[in-house]
Amino acid sequence: MPYIPHTTEQTGEMLETLGLDNLRDLFSGIKEDLRPKSFDLPPTMSEMRVVQQVENLSQKNNTKICSFLGGGFYDHYIPAAVTDVISRSEFYTAYTPYQPEASQGTLQAIFEYQTAVCRLLDMQYSNASLYDGGTAIYEAAMMAVRSTKRKKILISEGINPIYRRILDSYTTNLHLELKTIPQKQGQTDIDALEAALDEDVAALVVQTPNFFGCISDFSHLFAKARKYKIVNIISVNPLLQSVLKTAGEMGADIAVAEGQSLGLPLNFGGPYLGIITCNGKLVRQMPGRVAGKTKDSEGNTGYVLTIQAREQHIRRQKATSNICSNQALCALQSLAHISLLGPEGLRLTAETCLENARYAAKRLVEIPGIELLNNEPFGHEFAVCLPVNAYEIVDKLTEQGYIPGFPIGGYYPGMENCLLVACTEKRSKQEIGMLAEMMRGAL
Amino acid sequence: MKTMFQKSKKGRTGVIPEEPEKKAADMVPESLLRSAPAALPELSELDVVRHFTRLSRKNFGVDGNFYPLGSCTMKYNPKFNEKLAALPGFTDLHPLEPQLRGAGQFTQGALEVIYSTEQLLCEITGMEAFTLQPLAGAHGELTGAMLIAAYHNKKGNKKTKIIVPDSAHGTNPASAAIAGFDVVSIESKDGIIDPKALRESLDEDVAALMMTCPNTLGLFEDHLPEIVDMLHSVDALLYYDGANLNAIMGQMRVGDVGFDVVHLNLHKTFGTPHGGGGPGSGPVGVNKKLEPFLPVSRVVRLEDGQYFLDYDYPDSIGFIAPFYGNFGVILKAYAYILRLGRDGLSRASEYAVLAANYLRKRLENHLHIPYNRTCMHEFVVSAVNQAQNGVKAVDIAKALLDKGHHAPTVYFPLIVKECLMIEPTETESKETLDGFVDDLIDILETAEKDPEKIQNAPYTTPVRRLDEVRAAKKMELRE
Repeated sequence: MPYIPHTTEQTGEMLETLGLDNLRDLFSGIKEDLRPKSFDLPPTMSEMRVVQQVENLSQKNNTKICSFLGGGFYDHYIPAAVTDVISRSEFYTAYTPYQPEASQGTLQAIFEYQTAVCRLLDMQYSNASLYDGGTAIYEAAMMAVRSTKRKKILISEGINPIYRRILDSYTTNLHLELKTIPQKQGQTDIDALEAALDEDVAALVVQTPNFFGCISDFSHLFAKARKYKIVNIISVNPLLQSVLKTAGEMGADIAVAEGQSLGLPLNFGGPYLGIITCNGKLVRQMPGRVAGKTKDSEGNTGYVLTIQAREQHIRRQKATSNICSNQALCALQSLAHISLLGPEGLRLTAETCLENARYAAKRLVEIPGIELLNNEPFGHEFAVCLPVNAYEIVDKLTEQGYIPGFPIGGYYPGMENCLLVACTEKRSKQEIGMLAEMMRGAL
Repeated sequence: MKTMFQKSKKGRTGVIPEEPEKKAADMVPESLLRSAPAALPELSELDVVRHFTRLSRKNFGVDGNFYPLGSCTMKYNPKFNEKLAALPGFTDLHPLEPQLRGAGQFTQGALEVIYSTEQLLCEITGMEAFTLQPLAGAHGELTGAMLIAAYHNKKGNKKTKIIVPDSAHGTNPASAAIAGFDVVSIESKDGIIDPKALRESLDEDVAALMMTCPNTLGLFEDHLPEIVDMLHSVDALLYYDGANLNAIMGQMRVGDVGFDVVHLNLHKTFGTPHGGGGPGSGPVGVNKKLEPFLPVSRVVRLEDGQYFLDYDYPDSIGFIAPFYGNFGVILKAYAYILRLGRDGLSRASEYAVLAANYLRKRLENHLHIPYNRTCMHEFVVSAVNQAQNGVKAVDIAKALLDKGHHAPTVYFPLIVKECLMIEPTETESKETLDGFVDDLIDILETAEKDPEKIQNAPYTTPVRRLDEVRAAKKMELRE
């Protein structure tokens, strides 16, 4: 049988040690009426056949198309060395570093990851990572609820709608009040957010660039919110943080991000990387694993999982979170990516994305009937209004091998004509030109 | 070893992308730009590769070491899976594509992987339907608890409590609490759930019991049928924590025996790598009663063989993850299940249980085994006798590192003093198991003659024993 090393003779010896005749005797505790009603699975297959079968499935997907899809998840180039580094099985066949002396590789990498994301976002503390950017918003909101002992969460409609739905589901039974402040033509409505601040609010949750691509400075809003002792939570794009005003500079208390754009492939939705960082005493409310520096018995520097008094295996039902894993390998992947590109490489990548997005916006608004949703500054993604339903255009262009963007109407009723267009550094000027020509032809 | 920040040299570059024509300041108002570049490492590509290569050498992993970490199922991770998960036909796929009507055709292969994996897991467990969305085991538990809440809400049941036996998996109480339930703990008797204690805690307010079976002592729950009936008699549900499914594949299906909700850990039972702590994958299966509440989206197969995403489930608990789960992990589990097939999965459980019992038998004269009877895939030993001589479970664990073995899980479950929880898995040879026993016996003999030697272990690891109290006090969490 695959991956079972025991010979018939050895199996016999082991059974004999136990005084048993056959393997079935090991399961005599499972009585006859508990036995499976069926176990109708395919027969064992050779490695070659499985590889062929799965390769065939991969070929049923088409990844040769030219895509301008974003929506929080982006097609960036990943240097070969990133993939190489995380392919070392000393990293990927280890588990959570419960024995720190035998896990210094993983632990130092987590410590470095925490340092890197703190420096990128200008925040004080990071944990070892969470599942994804959406659950990170939920965990951040719960940190605020616990630390303020308040029940109201104020959330901008400019937050990725997928994340807002995750927050909705998780808080259903928790007797919290979720108040969504509508966006205005794709802009985060800062005035309306400010008007909604009061002493009952635990958390204010905003995003930049928001789902529509608009960049905002929340410094003023955060300063106002602080007067009510509200926890300011911001969701950012970590790649663009290399050039844009940072979470820390704006005065956020908790900053979260989806880390996918730092060296993780799109992978049909996962695994991704939930970045969560905070300032000050909020670190005591941090969910999940955290690595810290210490000394060994001879005074050498080493790393361990720390401030574990927050965690589920010690606090049981009173823990800050039920999370007992992190996305360690994904965190390692992003750390490799950050260190290979360095501050300069990240900046150049971000600037190319911004430049491509501006070129695309310019080309698209030249087409009669297409205009920008608003005139706010944007990042590497922007929304346009079309004279027709955006799904129609997407349908037409996909037939020609182009995905022009994401129709917003599914998540924002009334915006059926809006299309969200993302540009990464991988899109060339020629491809953007082709997109514009095809859009022109399709209208 | 220096950190990458300490190795950084100002002006050194690694992978340098193409130069854009414009600077950020030409494109975005200055008030929206960061004031100074981030202080990130400036390294060459070789610097980075060498840094990580050296870090990797400071790790134990399944590929290099026996890793009998109880309840974690550290079995061998087949290499062909890594190759399959790296196919660009999967890695380059944008998750929003199937949400565009016209582009769903581009993702048929990936949707088929999801659909087929759900079907296979249904057959393995006897459940009616699965969602692959939960991103880890604990995330699966939370999803399961949310499903339980949705079921009772829909029926108008006012139920507030979830019962968690003291022998259950460690995350259960926190998962139940986070879903909004009060947690009631019940004490086990002779290592398993005591029906009498359960009856005393069971009332109309109980929404569910979360059971790990075999439990964290590695023991099968002998009173299972009685427990199922008791729970269902008050319309409470039975949750199966699948952390230990590697013990029972082909021997029992949790759906057949009356469990209503189950989560699995693909990174344990189905051979996907643990990644140093993640990414995992924690699919949740349900029976007919709970199917309407599963998270959306769900992958549906049409009569013509096409797959699409269906969101039309009005009773669904909604979104619990951004997309369809940790697809890269799911893909490996799918290939693993195909590779092993019916007989391979059954054999895996048989040999996992054989290996655990063999180790138990070989150790029974050397360490206290509080529940020394036929176990399932893992068992718990206790160093209470050694502790009288000053050598604790943690000391034995550290001494094992010097012998080149990863340590078993220590101090869990909480109900056994000075415990070590040992799970060898089916993929370790008899030679490895024998070598582990010999090394452990050697450590125990030394512990008797020279306890200080074991108390000061480890000696050969990249660092000596680390001061965890200092770390918690100083809180140096970054540079």
